[in-house]
Amino acid sequence: MLEFRGFKSKIQRIFFVLIVQLFVVSAGFASDHNDSTSVSEGFNAGEMIMHHVLDANEIHIFDGLSFPLPILLYTANGFDVFSYGQFLDAHHHPTLDYTSPSTGNTYRSNHGHLVQLNESGEEIAHSGWGVNDHSFVDFSITKNVVGIFIVLIVMFLVFLSSAKAYSKGIGRTSAPKGVQSFLEPMILFIRDEVARPSIGKKYERFMPFLLSIFFFIWIGNILGLIPFIGGLNITGNIAVTLVLATLTFIVTIFSGNKGFWMHIVQPPGVPAWLLPIMWPIEIIGVISKPIVLTLRLFANITAGHIIILSFTGLIFIFYNSSGAGVAYGVSVGSVLFSVFMLSLELLVAFLQAYVFTLLSAIYFGQAVEDHH
Amino acid sequence: MDLVTPGFGLVFWTTLSFLIIIFLLGKFAWSPILKAIKEREDTIQLAIESAEKAKEEMRKLKDSNDALLQAAREERDKLMKEARDTKDQIISEAKTKAKEEAEKIVTASREEIRNEKAKAIIELKDKVAEISFEIAEKVLSEKLSSSDKQSDTVKRALSEIRFN
Repeated sequence: MLEFRGFKSKIQRIFFVLIVQLFVVSAGFASDHNDSTSVSEGFNAGEMIMHHVLDANEIHIFDGLSFPLPILLYTANGFDVFSYGQFLDAHHHPTLDYTSPSTGNTYRSNHGHLVQLNESGEEIAHSGWGVNDHSFVDFSITKNVVGIFIVLIVMFLVFLSSAKAYSKGIGRTSAPKGVQSFLEPMILFIRDEVARPSIGKKYERFMPFLLSIFFFIWIGNILGLIPFIGGLNITGNIAVTLVLATLTFIVTIFSGNKGFWMHIVQPPGVPAWLLPIMWPIEIIGVISKPIVLTLRLFANITAGHIIILSFTGLIFIFYNSSGAGVAYGVSVGSVLFSVFMLSLELLVAFLQAYVFTLLSAIYFGQAVEDHH
Repeated sequence: MDLVTPGFGLVFWTTLSFLIIIFLLGKFAWSPILKAIKEREDTIQLAIESAEKAKEEMRKLKDSNDALLQAAREERDKLMKEARDTKDQIISEAKTKAKEEAEKIVTASREEIRNEKAKAIIELKDKVAEISFEIAEKVLSEKLSSSDKQSDTVKRALSEIRFN
C-alpha cells in the first residue's frame, strides 16, 4: 500500500515509540482509576472502560489534572452557558447542582449525563434532539468536540502549509520536501489507488471530499491512540461516524445520475411484476450503505480501545482479587498484549480510514457510472 | 446504550467542523496541492517525451550524417577514379603524340638526307664531268704520246682531284 523506505528501521522506531507510549498509557490508566474508583471501593473494569470510551464534559489527563469543558445548552427557557467545573466539589467529583442565573434552570451531572431538575430535585428533562419540557439540546464542547477541533487544526496547519509550499513552486517544479514528502504519497494513494479506479474519469470532483474524509478519520484514529491527552475516542463515537457516513450518503444521492436512479427504479433484467418487491430491497440497499459505514468505523475503533483498556484493566482486577504480586506478574502479559494491540491499532487506524474512503469512492463511482 | 446513541451536540459539531474542513481545505489546500502535483506530473511527462523526441532526433541526425559521409566517400572515390583515368589517358595520349612527333621528325630527316644525297650526287656528277673534262683536256694537251703516259696522266690528274 505505502512504500516505506528503510522499512526495518522504521518498524523498529514505531515499536520503540509504542513501547514508550504503552508505559505512559498504563501509568495514566493506573492513576486514573485510583482516582475515580479507589481500590478500597473495588475496581469496576466495565465502568473504567466506558468512562474512557464515552464522551465527557471534561478532559481528564490524570488524577488531579483535568480540564472542565464549557457546557452549552439550548433549553425551553433559552441558552445556558457554563463550565462543567460548576458541578465539581472540593474533591473534583461532580456532585454539585448548578442553577443558571439567566434561565433559572437547575442542572446536575448524573453519572456523566446532564439532567435538568425541578425545585424539589427531581429530574424533569435530559438532553435530546428537540427542545420541549422534557428535553433540551446539548451543544457542549465535550472532549470529543475538542478532539475534532484538534483534528481540524492539525489538518489546517499541515495542509495549508504544504499547499503554500506547493504554490511557491516546491513540489511543483522541484521535488517535494518536509511534510509534503510525507503527505504526497498519501494524497497520491487516495487519488491513484482509491478515487481513480473506483470512480473513473469523473474522480476529480470527489477528491476534496475523499481527501478530507480520509485524513479526518486517520488523524482522528491516531489521536485516539495517543495517551495522556484525555483518552479521545473521536472516530469511536457513533455520532461522528454517523455524520461522516451521512455526508457520504448525501454526496452519493446528489451526484447520482439518471442511470443510478433508473437502476433503483427499474433494475435491468427484472420482470415488471417483481418490481414492487424490488423497490424496498433497492431502497434498503441504498440506505444500508451509510449504516454499514457508520457501524464499521465506530465498532472497529471502539473495539480496539476496549481491548487495550481491558488488558490494562486485567492488572487491577488481579490486584484486587489476588494481591500485588500476581498483579505484577499479570502486568507482564498485559503489557505485551497491549503492545501488540497498539501496533495493530496503528494499522487499523490507517486501514479503517482507507476502507471508509474506498467504500465512499465506490458508492460515488456507482452514482456517476455511465450506464449503457 | 450511551455507546450507540448519537448525541446531538457531537453531531452538530462534527458536521460543522467537517464542512469547514471540506470547504476551506478544498479551496485552499486540496485544489492547489492536486493542481501542483498534476502540473509536476505533466512537466515530467513532457520532459520524458521531449527527451525521447530529442533522442529520436539525434538518431535521425546521426543517420543522415552517416548517409552524408557515405555519399561523400563515394564521391571522393569516384573523383579519384576519374582523376586516375584522366591521368592515364593524358599520359597515353602524350606518348602517342610524342611517338608520332618522333616519327615525323625521323621521316623529315630521312627526306632531308635523301634530298641532300640527291643534291650531292648531282653535284658529284657535275664535278665528275668537270674533272673528266679537265682530265680530257690534259690528256689531250699531252698529245697522247704513249699509252703509258696517258695512263700516268690520268693517274696524276686523278690524284690532283680533291673531293672537297
